[in-house]
Amino acid sequence: MTTITRTEFRLALRSPGNLFWPVAFPAILLTILGLIPSFREPNPDLGGARVIDLYVPVTILLSVIMSGLQALPPVLSAYREQKVLRRYATTPARPFGLLMAQFAVQAATVVAGAVLVLLVGRLGFDAQLPGAPGPYLLVFAMALVATFGIGGLIAGTAASTKTATTVGSVAFIASMFTAGVWFPVAAMPDPLRDVVTFTPLGAAAQAMDSAATGQWPELLPVLVLTGWAVTATALAVRWFRWE
Amino acid sequence: MPDIIDVHGLRQEFGRTTVLRGIDLHVAEGEVFGILGPNGAGKSTTVSALAGLLRPTAGTVRVAGIDPAANRIAATRLIGVQLQQAGLQPKLRVGEAVDLFASFHRDPLDGRELAERLGLPPEKPFETLSGGQQQRLAIVLALVGRPRVALLDELTTGLDPVNRRTVWELIEEVRDAGTTIVLVSHLLEEVQRLCDRIAVLESGAVKVVDTPAGLVAGSSAPVVVSFDGDVDGIDGLPGAVSLHRNGSRVEVSGTDDTAWALLDLLRDRGTRPQGLRISSRTLDDAYLDLIREEHTPEDVT
Repeated sequence: MTTITRTEFRLALRSPGNLFWPVAFPAILLTILGLIPSFREPNPDLGGARVIDLYVPVTILLSVIMSGLQALPPVLSAYREQKVLRRYATTPARPFGLLMAQFAVQAATVVAGAVLVLLVGRLGFDAQLPGAPGPYLLVFAMALVATFGIGGLIAGTAASTKTATTVGSVAFIASMFTAGVWFPVAAMPDPLRDVVTFTPLGAAAQAMDSAATGQWPELLPVLVLTGWAVTATALAVRWFRWE
Repeated sequence: MPDIIDVHGLRQEFGRTTVLRGIDLHVAEGEVFGILGPNGAGKSTTVSALAGLLRPTAGTVRVAGIDPAANRIAATRLIGVQLQQAGLQPKLRVGEAVDLFASFHRDPLDGRELAERLGLPPEKPFETLSGGQQQRLAIVLALVGRPRVALLDELTTGLDPVNRRTVWELIEEVRDAGTTIVLVSHLLEEVQRLCDRIAVLESGAVKVVDTPAGLVAGSSAPVVVSFDGDVDGIDGLPGAVSLHRNGSRVEVSGTDDTAWALLDLLRDRGTRPQGLRISSRTLDDAYLDLIREEHTPEDVT
């Protein structure tokens, strides 16, 4: 690991308050939901699945959203606003190196959050581990790339840290809805689900649901998610304002 | 030896504003080169262009033969930069910052030792540093990679006299180790002590490039005699350090002896030149004269 990545990790650990949301909060939310008895009962409306099972991928996506849309945009735009990127522009590390280090830190918080969710689900509420781990991991990784791409795009184009935080929050709330935090996507009425399928987190939620039960995800949500990942990342790279 | 910094016809425009209008600079390897000039003269823009942070509107910039704006990686390995405005991660501590920046280079200096010499507490986070401490940290970060060229914008602005002297000693050491240094300064004392040559910038153009001695005549020439006339037969005056001719104006810098010998010479010739002035000279005077000349030419008669 490069010194710059190690340094960014150390700085992240120095703000434990910021780590709480992507690392601990999703597992805590899953615990609270799991304490509701009816959520632990098989639900015929959900094809015999339990609500708590549906919330395992959802809370993992919540960690992705917390990191990519809540934590990332203010950090990146503050690095520009406080002319940190300008300083790195004078070094062989380049501002790009600092951003990559920050992405690595954020991704690590999400991985930690996801592992915690899986552990709590498995040990606390007897939820099955993902039936198709390969596709599950792949969809998870693509959801990460798409969300970080959107977060990077917001940070790169917002005029100030304040704007980045505000726009990030709006995207954050919208994504929580489409990921199914309030209402699992699988339980949404058809017309609503059809719309949500075309959002990055909605597509990710459906694909992860499938992978959780051991099936390969359908093609449409995977294509939608890929489209978001590629487009958002490309635009973020293209439009990022370094100064 | 070819010049390590070679700037030719550098123009820098931002939208409709022209900040640099055709600058030529040549700095030899190992030289300490000062850039002086009033606010808004284009000093920081020149530094940014030398660092490769700006792509010139026109003209060429070469540092050790490379174009720093086009070849960023090579430029950043070669050039250490202290910018007037540059931040760091707020929670990054002094010691971590110097270690991190040292890690970017193949053969760095002992950054922690440098920081300690400049009185920087290693455990202090960047966000709690005072302006002067940030300034000193910026100097350490610019020098820690043992750069071949160091660009230092407003080297000691905002530092107290003790810190300023410590920084000067450090700069002299770095120069002795072979680094070429370009420094922007408003402190004429600093320029006089450190710089081999100075460029004075005004309104985006180089007004003059000279040695501090050439510019001022320093302590060996505290007296300046100037008059309208010609220079025929007035060389070889005792103690004379420089003889400049600017239009019809002749300016001789030297000692009291120089002044008396010159007056004797003029009297012997029977000439009574117009505008005879005898004054004592400091670098400040020289600089102010140079800058004032531009705005109010009628003062110089």
